[in-house]
Amino acid sequence: MFGPLLGKPASSKNNKTGSWRSFHKPKFLQKNCIACKLCKLVCPESCIEGEEKNSYHTDYLYCKGCGLCAYICPKKDIEMIKEQE
Amino acid sequence: MRQFIEGSFAVAETVKLCKPGVISAYPITPQTHIVERLADFVANGELKCQFVNVESEHSAASVVLGSSATGVRVFTATSSQGLIYMSEVLFNIAGMRLPVVMVNANRALSAPINIWNDQQDAVSLRDSGWVQIYAENNQDAVDYVLQAYKIAENHKIMLPVMVNMDGFILTHGMETVDMPSGDLVDKFLPSYNAPYKLDVENPMSFGLLGDPSIYTEARYAIQKTFDDLLQVIPNVGKDFESVFGRKGLSLVESYCLDDAKIAIVAMGSVCGTIKDYIDQERAKGKQIGLLKVVSFRPFPKEAIAKALQNVGKVLVLDKSISLGSEGPLYTEVKSLFANKKPKVSGFVAGLGGRDITLQTIKEMVDISKKTQERCQFLSLKPELLKEEFYV
Amino acid sequence: MSNGINHFEEHQFVSGHTACAGCGQSLAARIVADVAGKNVMIANSTGCLEVFSTKAPETSWRVPWIHSLFENSAAVASGVEAALRYLGKIDTVRVIAQGGDGGTADIGLQALSGMLERGHDILYVCYDNEAYMNTGIQRSGLTPLNANTTTSPSGTVWKGNWRKKKPLVEICAAHFIPYAATASVGYIPDLQRKVKKALEIRGPKYIQIHVPCPLGWGHDSSLTLEVAKSAVLCGLYPLVEYENGKLTNTFKVPAPKPVAEYIKPQNRFKHLLKDQTALQDLQEVANKNLEYYGLNKKTE
Repeated sequence: MFGPLLGKPASSKNNKTGSWRSFHKPKFLQKNCIACKLCKLVCPESCIEGEEKNSYHTDYLYCKGCGLCAYICPKKDIEMIKEQE
Repeated sequence: MRQFIEGSFAVAETVKLCKPGVISAYPITPQTHIVERLADFVANGELKCQFVNVESEHSAASVVLGSSATGVRVFTATSSQGLIYMSEVLFNIAGMRLPVVMVNANRALSAPINIWNDQQDAVSLRDSGWVQIYAENNQDAVDYVLQAYKIAENHKIMLPVMVNMDGFILTHGMETVDMPSGDLVDKFLPSYNAPYKLDVENPMSFGLLGDPSIYTEARYAIQKTFDDLLQVIPNVGKDFESVFGRKGLSLVESYCLDDAKIAIVAMGSVCGTIKDYIDQERAKGKQIGLLKVVSFRPFPKEAIAKALQNVGKVLVLDKSISLGSEGPLYTEVKSLFANKKPKVSGFVAGLGGRDITLQTIKEMVDISKKTQERCQFLSLKPELLKEEFYV
Repeated sequence: MSNGINHFEEHQFVSGHTACAGCGQSLAARIVADVAGKNVMIANSTGCLEVFSTKAPETSWRVPWIHSLFENSAAVASGVEAALRYLGKIDTVRVIAQGGDGGTADIGLQALSGMLERGHDILYVCYDNEAYMNTGIQRSGLTPLNANTTTSPSGTVWKGNWRKKKPLVEICAAHFIPYAATASVGYIPDLQRKVKKALEIRGPKYIQIHVPCPLGWGHDSSLTLEVAKSAVLCGLYPLVEYENGKLTNTFKVPAPKPVAEYIKPQNRFKHLLKDQTALQDLQEVANKNLEYYGLNKKTE
């Protein structure tokens, strides 16, 4: 009852915020990654996944292209590239 | 069991029997005796409940909102400025569909600051989404509190209920009240079973942002629920009667209306005085009666129209005023009879604790014999107006 | 766990929220929620966090969450806590109240003080982005001196915000609550440690987290963490812990950076680069913090 007044847990995943990206997106080079997980930790969209070295990647369906993952990466293994590339 | 008891204490005893899990309140005259007595019960272990002494009425309403959303039965009480200070939260409680029950000790609003009775506080919150019922006497107040929980917690309703009792006149008045027993209360009122609540096993989010795509429907749903209340309230009244053996809630109550040519319409304790006046006039053969509006929200249009259909004149007595318009009860009663009989007059009296006596009622009836009034104040002091207020 | 950082596989605050790119508050909120875990109930004030996480019918929260009004999250949380106490669940479920700096330091201060004074077992988290961002960057009681906001614009007469930040963590600590602290989204391990510590303490707790707002502060979205760190390193945002009213820990800044370095990437302070007096006034705020908390003193 009162359906729209109550939110089902984690239901915002229906909302694909990746369409917001207008300029840049992160490119995970997957070359020098040491699996420190910092990119995953600081992603405000919680949309970076990965376990082993060089396995980390972002979900472009949610990524807003803020660039925090590229900023935090100690190995400069994430690059911000133009959205069209 | 019949007991000679102060209104506030009778209400507190009744709330105790309803076993709220959380009570939160902030002191304001003339509500204090209710919450002081409840605090005594908790202090002495007679009531197992969390009693949260807050720093404002805004927080009192917010605390019971939070507790109610956690699935617990709650109670609060306030009055006047306190009710108005709560008002932001009160709209929120109704919008969140939480079955909060409160007692409001009706009192005038400042300025000038005035601790005495009228109904301006509650009437000003008529659009808040709270069910509003008005007690005539302390028996009503006790019985309405019991029924308020049953109405509010009905899964088809899930709206808050405000039981109004006139400040001082009822809250501090001693009357004989048939006090309910715990056994009968338990029989009448099952423990609260929330249809939705904050729960780590089922972690829902409450109080979401409702954009234009859903807001209208959320409001419409409340309005439709108020339509349903026109059935639910009298049904709860019948349940009450079957358990307690005395009359339960109805939307309106008629007194000597069957053959009445003149009907007075009013809410709350003034109905007692009006009944005395009617008894006096009936002894002289005058055909006059009373329609007591118990439920102001929902406003029982059909019940009122039906009760007054054969009356020649209707005199609506408001203990509040929508400044710049007229008495709010008058506005709503009059709207039922646009261009039709009966003729409806509006009167305002009893503001800020000025007594409404038999003489005041007589003044009203006498005026109505000569003219049809829209917003006639009773027992005004012309000298004071002229000399001090330049009116 | 490495370098004192906790990593969580399942987040309690998830993707699909509508915060701006690089929002410090959304990141800090997820970190708080993740540390708190599943057995928590959150009462949230009106504000950015509420709006961007719970637009009906969706929610980004995986834990029970309630929003009522702007100024009452501390009181609503008090009600939730009282209900849990009544239900006998207070030992198994934690309660968090949270809001922005306006909802905490200004309009919600009375409810917050009441919650602290009554001793509720609640952690209050203030996400401090130093202005009313949700309504369009108006100044709040936590806006820093000389910051440009839409209601404290810099002009020929005004130099931005006239007042210094309200000392809210001290105000909370003055209630002699068991724990009051400041933290920064720029120092995530420290933030995680403080939230964990607070949640292990019974009674009222307060944590104020500095969370840069790229939109309101006018910096690039990729600089959120750098700007947050920079505020700490220049002394403008001291990271401190109070226990039972006593200052028990400070984050040392042995070689404080000049405030000019902190304000450089931020549009809200752009006018200070041309006004040495106004810049110096802000530097003085940092200097006083360094002295008052002994931030640049060597640790024994």
